[in-house]
Amino acid sequence: MSHRQVADGLLPEPVPVRFVAEDGTAAPPAGYQGDHPAGYGAPADDLLVEAYRHMVLGRRFDRQATALTKQGRLAVYPSSRGQEACQIAGVLALRADDWLFPTYRDCVALVARGLDPVEVLTLLRGDWHCGYDPAATRVAPQCTPLATQTIHAVGMAEALRRRGEDAVAMAFVGDGGTSEGDFHEALNYAAVLRSPVVFFVQNNKYAISVPLARQSAAPALAYKGVGYGIRSEQVDGNDLVAVLSVLTEAVRHAREGGGPFLVEAHTYRIESHTNADDATRYRDAGEVARWEAADPLARLETYLRGRGLLDTAGVEAAHEAAEEYAARVRDRMNAEPETDPFELFDHVFAAPTPQLREQRALLAAELSAPEE
Amino acid sequence: MTAMSDSMSESMSAPPATTPGPKPRPEPSRSTPTRQPRPEPVAKAKAKSKSKPEPSAPVPASMSMAQALNAALRDALREDERVLVFGEDVGPLGGVFRVTDGLTREFGEERCFDTPLAESGIVGLAVGMAMGGFRPVVEMQFDAFAYPAFEQIVSHVAKTRNRTRGLLSLPMVIRIPFAGGIGGVEHHCDSSEAYYAHTPGLKVVTPATVEDAYWLLRDAIADPDPVIFMEPKRLYWAKEEFTPGERRAPGFGRAAVRRAGGDATLVAYGPGVPVALQAAEAAAAEGRSLEVVDLRTIVPFDDESVMASVRRTGRCVVVQEAQGFAGVGAEIAARVQERCFHSLAAPVLRVTGFDIPYPPPKLEHAHLPDVDRILDAVDRLQFDDRPDVLHLSGGAAS
Ligand SMILES: Cc1ncc(C[n+]2csc(CCOP(=O)(O)OP(=O)(O)O)c2C)c(N)n1
Ligand SMILES: [Mg+2]
Repeated sequence: MSHRQVADGLLPEPVPVRFVAEDGTAAPPAGYQGDHPAGYGAPADDLLVEAYRHMVLGRRFDRQATALTKQGRLAVYPSSRGQEACQIAGVLALRADDWLFPTYRDCVALVARGLDPVEVLTLLRGDWHCGYDPAATRVAPQCTPLATQTIHAVGMAEALRRRGEDAVAMAFVGDGGTSEGDFHEALNYAAVLRSPVVFFVQNNKYAISVPLARQSAAPALAYKGVGYGIRSEQVDGNDLVAVLSVLTEAVRHAREGGGPFLVEAHTYRIESHTNADDATRYRDAGEVARWEAADPLARLETYLRGRGLLDTAGVEAAHEAAEEYAARVRDRMNAEPETDPFELFDHVFAAPTPQLREQRALLAAELSAPEE
Repeated sequence: MTAMSDSMSESMSAPPATTPGPKPRPEPSRSTPTRQPRPEPVAKAKAKSKSKPEPSAPVPASMSMAQALNAALRDALREDERVLVFGEDVGPLGGVFRVTDGLTREFGEERCFDTPLAESGIVGLAVGMAMGGFRPVVEMQFDAFAYPAFEQIVSHVAKTRNRTRGLLSLPMVIRIPFAGGIGGVEHHCDSSEAYYAHTPGLKVVTPATVEDAYWLLRDAIADPDPVIFMEPKRLYWAKEEFTPGERRAPGFGRAAVRRAGGDATLVAYGPGVPVALQAAEAAAAEGRSLEVVDLRTIVPFDDESVMASVRRTGRCVVVQEAQGFAGVGAEIAARVQERCFHSLAAPVLRVTGFDIPYPPPKLEHAHLPDVDRILDAVDRLQFDDRPDVLHLSGGAAS
């Protein structure tokens, strides 16, 4: 095979893979409800309905977290509204024994994975950093230093492979994160080692204020895979069916020894970067409105109704469950968290050094000193 | 530059002609106005002021530091199948300093392997593998080439246990050949220990003897926390009678008194220890008895042993090869004066490299702390109750 043929086998589709059009009908030109012409299989119907419920719940959770931030219960919250198809498909494509390496943006995915929402929000509430048990959940701590988690995912994938587990690792990363060196080192390592890892880029068009055009001149971010020898795909990130289909194939490819897989999902960050950001300074309302019209949740609902997989009762049940969930999150988050300043010294090392013991005693003296 | 570095790295697998042996003869010499004339061995060497130390006469030796490190890796790989070794050129080549020599042959590609050339990737890969239950021991080829991995080290290696309340730990070792004295061209001789020591969550180790090279590396690999293992390049070829067997080395986290003395304490670590020992030898010839404390581990820091020595001697000089400002020696000096103030007969002094980027090979002798610089500092410890004139001005010389 010529280099050109090898490259052709790795390149993404020229236009993002799409199963469902923006209006919720089966995507043209073929109007297919079965497999995508590029070979991506249609997800099972009941999985799509499950995904719908997760999306409703995820969006409600996101709104609740934003509200808690406005009330001062969270220090900060990066919303993923508009990215629910990615958040949910990313998780549903994985087995419970696969590892997930999320970013700060991915709380909704973690909730969908079944993590305790209060433990997920610990970081943003600020009573500790990571609030859940990564080993038990197989979810790495949400990562803030951009793209650094992508290479951890490769290391984990190598560890899983060497232990003889057929589990994979999936790293979430943003469009901005693909400019970081670690992203490229991770792709290169994964390709050379043929690690069972999936890189999932949520291209939400902005890195804080910086638009995609200032981030990369690649035809699409998915093209970054070919130079490393990684099979890559781009997908309509607001089409749950498409994202789930492509990610499922990516995971299968990695699990069955095909090596790493890169998926770029084209989506959009509807809210500001975080509650502390003001997106009106760098993008106009018209652009946001256009993406609101391409809402992934409405699209999936229309599609499922059109195929007779969902009815009004099903929609209402999903929303009721989401309301109950949000109410429980709100109630639990309204309780002031317990913090212990002495715990600050407990996890620096397996056992505190003599110096940390001294500093702990110093803090104890400070805290027990009478108020002046 | 690339070709130059490469050829330099290659040449480093054999000792350079100027490498000092473990215990070169004391041949100090300086001329300081306040000094009394020195006894014979000192005066003899006067003409050689500021020259590089002479290589010592060959001593019968069983193992070099590089070989001891190799033995430690081999034994760890043998005893614990979770241990993995990887980095740049560590496979079939055996590392540019040959510390991983033969490991791929003995343990196979799965246990000791070459990675693509990317240091952040090496450390990040190790983080993921440690999360996945392995115990990676990775090699950074040189001190200055560990900088691309700095973000991984500071933001993940150091913090993961803390971020997860101890639910995820990263038992891993990052080996870094460091410091100078080997005639290396730029970017090959940095003393980078302070960056790591300043980072909570990292243990920082630097051996000064062959025996410690073996045992401290074994300790580091067995440790539940990440360890930055800094190998003084100039001691790689220093030989000692040593066979790994029954352990006599002190525990991890304990300093060692390398030479007992009563008049002043020299606190040193890594590449500074042999120089401090030479200085103590020379001082003895002048009738002054210096104690030499080898930290062995910078973190954890053994306050107890250092302070016990200084309280006994009442005087202290901290020796480090690194540039002085905001360095490890500054921390030690501060701790000593905080804890031993009432035992001190003189201010704690530091003997360090200058606050300059590491010099080119032909000038490194001017930068590196040597016996003279240490003895000059010892002279300023107010044995004659005269104040330290150098520090009276209170500020920079104008
Ligand atoms: C190494 C690093 N540099 C800068 C930042 C500050 N920062 C946080 S989020 C962000 C934008 C990231 O954009 P993208 O990767 O597209 O993810 P998104 O926030 O859009 O989900 C920046 C610059 C950081 N967290 N890490
Ligand atoms: Mg973005």
